[in-house]
Amino acid sequence: MTTAASRGLDPEVYRGDFPILSQGVRDGRPLVYLDNAATTQRPRQVIQAMVDTYEHHYANVHRGIHWLAERTTELYEAAREKVRQFINAPAGEQIVFTSGTTGAINLVARSWGDANVRAGDEILVTEMEHHSNLVPWHQLAERTGAVVRHLPLTEDGRLDLAPFDALLSRRTRLVAVTAVSNVLGTINPVEEIIRRAHDVGAVVLVDGAQSVPHLPTDVAAMDVDFLAFSGHKMLGPSGVGVLYGKRDLLEAMPPFLGGGSMIRRVTLEGFDPGDVPARFEAGTPAIVPAIGLGAAIDYLAAIPADAIHEHERRLVERAHEALASVEGLRIIGPPPEDKAGIVTFTLGRIHPHDIAQLLDRHNIAVRAGHHCAMPLHRRYRLSATTRASFYFYNTPAEVDALAGALDQVRQVFQRRK
Amino acid sequence: MAADEEDIYQDRILEHYEEPYHRGRCSHCTHCHEDDNPLCGDRVQMSLWINDQGRLREVYFDGEGCCISQAAASMLVERFDQKTVDEVRRFTAQDMLDLFGAKLTPNRQKCCLLPWRVLQAAIYSPVQPEGDGSASAGSEDAHDHCR
Repeated sequence: MTTAASRGLDPEVYRGDFPILSQGVRDGRPLVYLDNAATTQRPRQVIQAMVDTYEHHYANVHRGIHWLAERTTELYEAAREKVRQFINAPAGEQIVFTSGTTGAINLVARSWGDANVRAGDEILVTEMEHHSNLVPWHQLAERTGAVVRHLPLTEDGRLDLAPFDALLSRRTRLVAVTAVSNVLGTINPVEEIIRRAHDVGAVVLVDGAQSVPHLPTDVAAMDVDFLAFSGHKMLGPSGVGVLYGKRDLLEAMPPFLGGGSMIRRVTLEGFDPGDVPARFEAGTPAIVPAIGLGAAIDYLAAIPADAIHEHERRLVERAHEALASVEGLRIIGPPPEDKAGIVTFTLGRIHPHDIAQLLDRHNIAVRAGHHCAMPLHRRYRLSATTRASFYFYNTPAEVDALAGALDQVRQVFQRRK
Repeated sequence: MAADEEDIYQDRILEHYEEPYHRGRCSHCTHCHEDDNPLCGDRVQMSLWINDQGRLREVYFDGEGCCISQAAASMLVERFDQKTVDEVRRFTAQDMLDLFGAKLTPNRQKCCLLPWRVLQAAIYSPVQPEGDGSASAGSEDAHDHCR
C-alpha cells in the first residue's frame, strides 16, 4: 500500500482495494457510497484475513491444547494487541472485545453501573447522543433510581458547555458523551469534558463509534475512563467492537454475562470470576471478526495519522460549498472546520426518505431518517434529515455527483409547481 | 429508469402529494385516529364522520411525511369518501398497495400502509360527542391529537 503524499491523501490509491466500490450495484454503474457513518466497506486485505482464518487457522480460542486452537488464540490475541496499539492503551487486558459499540456501552451500564450507581445519583448525557448512548443510561436509571440529566446543544450544533459546571456535582457518577456526533459531525472537546468531569469525581464514557475510525485516538492522553467503538465502522466486520477501560475500573467490575471463559473456577454452589478481559468475554467470542478487525487496523495504521481526517475535512468543505448551490438546501451542524466527515441536511420540505430514494437512482447511497438520534432531531424541530458521510476512499467527484443529483431531486418536486 | 407506472414519483402520485384530496379535518368528526412511523417520522391522522347507517359522510386526513405516506393517505381518503365502514373493513393491506400502484420495496411499503393502518383503527375510535371531543377513557393517547 502506498502512503499518502504530504500534500494530501489520494483516495484512488486505496479504492482498488475495495471490491464493492468498483462493482456496479445496478446497471453496471459505479456505487457512490456515502453512508460510512452507518457502516464502512471492507478492503480485500480484511476479507482475505477472515477467509485465511476460516481456511487455515480456525478453532475455538482459549480452550484447546491442539495446534490449531493455539494458532487461532494467537491470532485473536494479536488482534487485541493491534487494537491496544491503535488507541495507545497501556495494556492489552484493558481491551475487551464486545459485539460493538452498543454492546460495550451496555456492558458498562450493566456491570459498572449496577455496582456503582445508586438512587439519587446523576448520569450526565448530551442532547446529541446516539440512542445507544442514551437508552442504556435510561435503563440504568430505571433500575437504580438514578437521574439522567443532559447537556444541551447550541443552535449551530455544538455542545453548550456553559451550563456544564452547573450540571456537574458530587452526585454526578458518570458523564456519557460522544466524541463525534453521528448526525451533526461535530467534533466535541472530550478532553476538556473529561478533565472537568474528573474534577468532581465523575467517570467518563466516550462513544468513539464515529471518532476512532476517522481521528487519531490516544486513550492515555485523553485520560478517558471508558471508550467504546465498533469494528464495522472502521473497515472491519460487523459483530465485533471494543470496550477500552481503565484497569482499576475494569478490575473492580463484576461480570455481566455469565458462561464459559469468564470464570476462574465453577462449582455447583457458585463461581469465581476470571481476570479481565476474559471476565467480560463470556462464551465463544467473535473470533474471526476480531481477527478481521485486526487486519482493518493494520490497513488503517498504514495511512498517516492525520491524513484521513484531513481528507474528509476537504470533502466536507467541498460538500458545504457544492450543496449551498442547491436551492432550498440547509446543512444542519457546525462549519467544516469543526466537523468530521458528516454532512446532514434538509432540502426544502422534501422528505428525507424521498431524497434518499431518488439519490438511489443515481446509485448514491446516503442515510435518511433520525439516525438513531431522536432527541437531537427534536432539539432542531426536525422529524428526519438526510446524511452523507465520508471515508478516506471517497473522492471529490463523488461529492460533486451528490450535489448534482440533489439538484435533480429538487426538480422532481419542483416541476409540478 | 423504470416504466412510468412502476415509478414512485410518477405524476399521479405527485399530484396526490402536492394537491391532496381532503387534507384537513371533518366538519363533524365522529371518529378519529392518529399514528406515526417512528422510524421516519411519518404521521397520519384520519378524521371521519360516520352516520347512523355506517356510511363515511366525510373522510379527511392530516399529517406529515414522505411522498408515499401522504399520497397514499390522499388516495385512501378519496377511495373511501361516501363509502361504508364495512367496505373499509374489507379493504386489505394488499388492496392498499394495489391502490397506490407503484412498486414499493418492503421498507417503503410501511410508508404506504401507515394511512391504511390509521383508517382501519379510526373506524373503531369514536370521539366523545360532548365536551371538547376528546377521547373516552382507555384510549386517550390515540386521541390526544384528534381534538
